[in-house]
Amino acid sequence: MKFKTQKIAYWFFLSALGLLVLQIIYGFIMGFAHMGMDGLHEIIPFNTARAVHTNLLVCWLLLGFMGSAYYIIPEESQNELYSPKLAIIQLISFLAVGVTAVIAYHLNWWEGRKFLEIPRPLDYLVVVNVLAFLFNILMTLFTGKRQTTTALVLTMGLLFAALLYLPGMIWFDSQTLDSFYRWYVVHLWVEGVWELIMGGILAFLLIKITGVDREVIEKWLYVIVGLTFLSGILGTGHHYYYIGAPSYWLWIGGIFSALEPLAFLAMALFAINMYRKGEKKHPNKTALNWTLGAAITSFVGAGLLGAAHTLPNVNLYTHGTLVTAMHGHMAFWGAYAMIVLAIIAYAMPNLTGRKLYDNNMTRYAFWLSNIGMIGMTVAFGVAGVAQVYMERIMGVDFMETQKEIEPHFLVLVLCATGFTAGIVLYIINFFQYGKPTDEALVSE
Amino acid sequence: MLTKSQAKLFFLAGTVIFSVLFLGLSLDTHINRVGEQTHEENITEAVVAGKHLWEENNCMGCHTIFGEGAYYAPELTKVVERRGEAYIKGVLMSPTPWGEHTSGRKMVAYGFSDEEASNLIEYFVWIGNVDLNGFPAKPKYKVEKNN
Repeated sequence: MKFKTQKIAYWFFLSALGLLVLQIIYGFIMGFAHMGMDGLHEIIPFNTARAVHTNLLVCWLLLGFMGSAYYIIPEESQNELYSPKLAIIQLISFLAVGVTAVIAYHLNWWEGRKFLEIPRPLDYLVVVNVLAFLFNILMTLFTGKRQTTTALVLTMGLLFAALLYLPGMIWFDSQTLDSFYRWYVVHLWVEGVWELIMGGILAFLLIKITGVDREVIEKWLYVIVGLTFLSGILGTGHHYYYIGAPSYWLWIGGIFSALEPLAFLAMALFAINMYRKGEKKHPNKTALNWTLGAAITSFVGAGLLGAAHTLPNVNLYTHGTLVTAMHGHMAFWGAYAMIVLAIIAYAMPNLTGRKLYDNNMTRYAFWLSNIGMIGMTVAFGVAGVAQVYMERIMGVDFMETQKEIEPHFLVLVLCATGFTAGIVLYIINFFQYGKPTDEALVSE
Repeated sequence: MLTKSQAKLFFLAGTVIFSVLFLGLSLDTHINRVGEQTHEENITEAVVAGKHLWEENNCMGCHTIFGEGAYYAPELTKVVERRGEAYIKGVLMSPTPWGEHTSGRKMVAYGFSDEEASNLIEYFVWIGNVDLNGFPAKPKYKVEKNN
């Protein structure tokens, strides 16, 4: 690392991995419940497990993004972090809010709106927290020696993510309007501004790992984030097909969401081409694997599997079935989880001065988690398609259908076990690095 | 060959144009369309009270409504039409987990009061009458179970 304050990132990464483990545990609870084994129903009913599972995902990814920003922004702007103390306060308060929300879900205290379940008073704390984070990052950026495109795109993504949280906090008596503006947060986060964050992190990693000229990488970064917004903003329409919004969203959403894979395809081609072009052979193969892996898996999970059920005439039958879970798992894994794991794999040797990358453990961590996730996606896909045909086309009762597809959840749980083994190895490797130290400081 | 400043222009112009378009369409949807399409005049106090209950108990954590939510329990958009009010009241007011002895998949025993259950039903009635552009599609076939 080049600046002492980059060390702050370590604590964000550590917390993120902790929440990831908890997320996986609640995922298993849901997997078993779908198989008919819901022994924990009295303490952790399905809706609790579900809210914890998805909210922890959002929390750990946000912590990962914040950690990435605290690592990347000082290095890009050639400036120490404005206030390391504020960053620590911000981390602790973020975790406190997250843990309170998780406990609240076990006590039936929430605002039951998909993905935005956290109780309203905690929403305000999230806003304050994110403002503190943004203040810290913006001050570092604008008092720094340079403002690079990579840093600006990353910061813009984080800033917009904060702004877009607000429409989700307005109360509507109408379920239609409630849902309409809820997607302002959820869709425009994951299929909009989060892609800016992902693009920023990806560009940073490619500059560092491949050694390709910054000007070239940043030019394509603009093209990619341009494509993202071109397709993603009106692509929000695919959530407006069947919620009581006018029918013009059917074709607007259909056309623009069919274009959404383009941004991810561009991202994958970009990463592969930069890797091929790169003359520098960076020794951190693990970071390289995760970086290229993120670019490719996000194209498959978010791009292709999303496109598979986004057209209105298909979505009419798949909407609200396990087909969505198929797409959701691989999309979040490829686009966001893997990019966070990539930056952690890149940053850890630099933060600690230890070079524990590229050994058997890191390779198994990468392949086990990825193969496990592919298996899970297939299991969800088979269960989802079977559900669509039985329930939506043949008219079989919901619960009768669920009974028939139970075996696919056994496959799901088995693949999830392989996935978890990969994550455990990744975390063991993380701990083997030890803590960050000033001795790891290097000059340009 | 594309230059960096052209790429930047593509990004900024695209973002501004599509954001403006999206906001314009949102405005049209919100102000001119949704009221009529959803029969907003039928959103009574009971419907709103039902929506509060729906959210306070995170029903979307298992069920879907308008196809949105979780995929563990039945879709409820047309539940009144499908099951009738008496059945739904039975589920909502049940002091023991519903489904325990029938399907095996349990619902939390909320034990709602008669008034609360009625409010939730009013909410479902309103939901069921919203014009959803054809969702949920009527199944093409009707199969029977062999015993």
